[in-house]
Amino acid sequence: MGLLARRNLFHDRVRFAVTLTGIVFALVLIIIQFGLFLGFTTTTSNNIDHSNADLWVVFHGVGYFDTGRNFSERKFYQVLSTPGVGQAEKYMQAFGRWKRPDGRVDNIQVIGFHPGSGLGEPWNVVQGSVADLKQEDSVLIDEVYRESLGVKKIGDKVEIGDHRARVVGFTRGIRSFTTSPFVYATFKNSLDYTNPASGENSTAYILVKAAAGVSPRELQERLRARLADVDVYTTAEFSRKTRFYWMFTTGAGLAVLTAALMGLIVGVAVVAQTIYAATMDHIREYGTLKAMGATNRYLYRVLIEQAVWSAVLGYGAAMIVAHFIVQASEKGGAVILMPWSMSIGMLVLAVVMCVAAALVSINKVTRIDPAMVFRG
Amino acid sequence: MDGGKRDYVIRGKGLSKVYREGATELRALQEVDLEVRAGELTLLMGPSGSGKTTLLSILGCILRASEGTLEVLGRDVSALPESELPRIRREGIGFVFQGFNLFPTLTAAENVALALDLRGIRAGEAKKRGEELLAEVGLAQKARSFPADLSGGQKQRVAIARALAGDPPILLADEPTAALDWTSGRTVIELLQRLARVHGRAVVMVTHDPRVLSFGDRIIHLEDGRIVREEKSVTRAIEEPSFLEVHPVAPAIAQEISI
Repeated sequence: MGLLARRNLFHDRVRFAVTLTGIVFALVLIIIQFGLFLGFTTTTSNNIDHSNADLWVVFHGVGYFDTGRNFSERKFYQVLSTPGVGQAEKYMQAFGRWKRPDGRVDNIQVIGFHPGSGLGEPWNVVQGSVADLKQEDSVLIDEVYRESLGVKKIGDKVEIGDHRARVVGFTRGIRSFTTSPFVYATFKNSLDYTNPASGENSTAYILVKAAAGVSPRELQERLRARLADVDVYTTAEFSRKTRFYWMFTTGAGLAVLTAALMGLIVGVAVVAQTIYAATMDHIREYGTLKAMGATNRYLYRVLIEQAVWSAVLGYGAAMIVAHFIVQASEKGGAVILMPWSMSIGMLVLAVVMCVAAALVSINKVTRIDPAMVFRG
Repeated sequence: MDGGKRDYVIRGKGLSKVYREGATELRALQEVDLEVRAGELTLLMGPSGSGKTTLLSILGCILRASEGTLEVLGRDVSALPESELPRIRREGIGFVFQGFNLFPTLTAAENVALALDLRGIRAGEAKKRGEELLAEVGLAQKARSFPADLSGGQKQRVAIARALAGDPPILLADEPTAALDWTSGRTVIELLQRLARVHGRAVVMVTHDPRVLSFGDRIIHLEDGRIVREEKSVTRAIEEPSFLEVHPVAPAIAQEISI
C-alpha cells in the first residue's frame, strides 16, 4: 500500500514535478501573503514593542503610535513622583521634513528619546551606535532608507526642519508602516527638528518602567488615578491598539489580510486541483484494486499517504523558496516575516490542504464501479 | 450427470441483469442457470452484447444480479450486503483482465505482491511469494521488470500470477487472449487450463477466440443474455462413463490423443 502510494507519486517524474510545483506555488503564495500581513502588523508597532517600557502615557484619545500629540511635561514630573515608578522617560514622535543633500524634501517621522536610558531606543544598530547620538545634531536612520533619504555614508549632512543634522549610524530592519521613515535623535534634538506647537516643555509620550516588585497593572491603575487628560496603557495594550488601527480601522491591513486569505484560497484550489488530477490519472488502477477486493479503507490509506508525501515534500521545497524570498525582502520596503511558529503552521496547513484535496478525490475513487475494469 | 458429487464452487440460478437508463431498459442477462465446478476450464462464448462480461461480473461478485440467486463457495452472496462483497472477491476469486490492468508504476513482482498486501500479508513475505508465483508462470527472470518492458503475453502471465496471489479457488478471466498473438495466447490458455486441471481451480473464461475452444472443458454459448447451448470438449466428453458405454472404441481414441 505504502509502496503503491509512493510509486504512484514518484514513478512519473514529470508528473511528480508538476504536482510538487503546484503545491510549492500554493504554499509560497500563502507564506508571502501571510508573511506580508505579519510584517505589516509588526511594523506598525515596532517602536512600541522594542521600547522596553512597561507603560505608555499618551495624550488622551491618541489611539495609535504615529499620531503622538504633545502634552505638558508637568505630567512627566507627576509620573516620576508616583510611587512604584522605577524609571520614566520623555519620548517624542512627530512628523518632520527631511531635506536631502541634493535638495529634495521628504517627510519623515522623528523619534526622540534619551540615549542610554534603555527606554525607547532604536535596536539593531549595525553602523555607529546609540551613544553617538549624544554628539551635536546627530541622527540614526535605517539602512533600508539610505537611498530614499539620499544618504550614502555616516557623516552625510542633511537638514531637518531647517536644522542641521548629521547621520551617525544605521539600524537594520526598522521600517515605518507609513511612507515616512523613522529618524532617531535625542529627545532635545527631536523638539528642534519638529518644532511642536505646544512648545519645548512638552512631550508626546512618557515611557514608564515599574519599580522592582510593582506590577505594571498596579502601576497603571495608580497613574490613571493620578493623571488627568492622558491615557495610560501597558505596552501590550498600546501595541495592540496601534496594530488594530492600521490593520482594521484603515483599509491597509484589511487589504493585506484579504490578499492573504485570497492566497490561501488560491493555494488550496491549486493543491486540490493538483492532487485531484494526480488521482484521476490512476483512476483505472483504483478500479482494478476494488475489483481485486480492496476495501474503501485500503484506498483511503493509499490516497492519504500520497497526500501526506506530497505535502511534506512540497512543504520542504516551499520553505527553501520562501527562505530566499524572506531574505530578499529584508532589503526591500515591505518585510515578509516567517517566524518559526508560522513555519510549523505551514507544515500543518500543507498536510491539511493536501489531505483535504485527497478527500475530494477519495469520494470519486470510492464511487468507482469496479465493473469498469471489464470495459475495454 | 452426477452433479451432486461434483465440487460446485459457483451456482447461479435464474440470474438476470437489467440496466435502466431513464425509461430505457436493457436486459443484459435473462434467467441464466449456471454451475461452475472446480478443476474445469469453462468458456463463455457468444457475440458482442450477448451478456458474457455481465455474467462474468456477476459471478465475480463485482456486479449484482437484478434477479436470481448466486452461491459462491457455498455462500449465498445475493443475500450479502454490498460491504461484504470485497471480502468474497479477495478471499475466493482471482481476476484476469483483457487489458491486463497491471499497475504501471510497480514491477512485475510488486504487482503480484500488491494482491497479497490487499490480503494483509506482510511486505517481505508478499515479495517472496510474488517472486514464487512469477516463477510458476515462467517469469522468474522478469520479476524486476516494469509492465512497460514486458510483452503482451508476459503481461498477461503476470496478471495471472497476481490473480493467483491469494490462492483463490476461482479464477475469472475476461478475454485474456484477445490482445495477444496466437503464440502468446496459447501460452496463456495452456496456463489457465493447467491451473484448472492440475491445480483444481475453477476457471471461467470469456472468449471470442475459436482457437481456444479445444482447451475448454465446457463451452457455454450465450445469445441475447441467455444460455443457448452448452458443450463439453471432446477430451472431457470421452472421459464421461456414459460416453464410454455408448462408444466402445473410446479408450482407443483416448489413448490416441494421449489423455
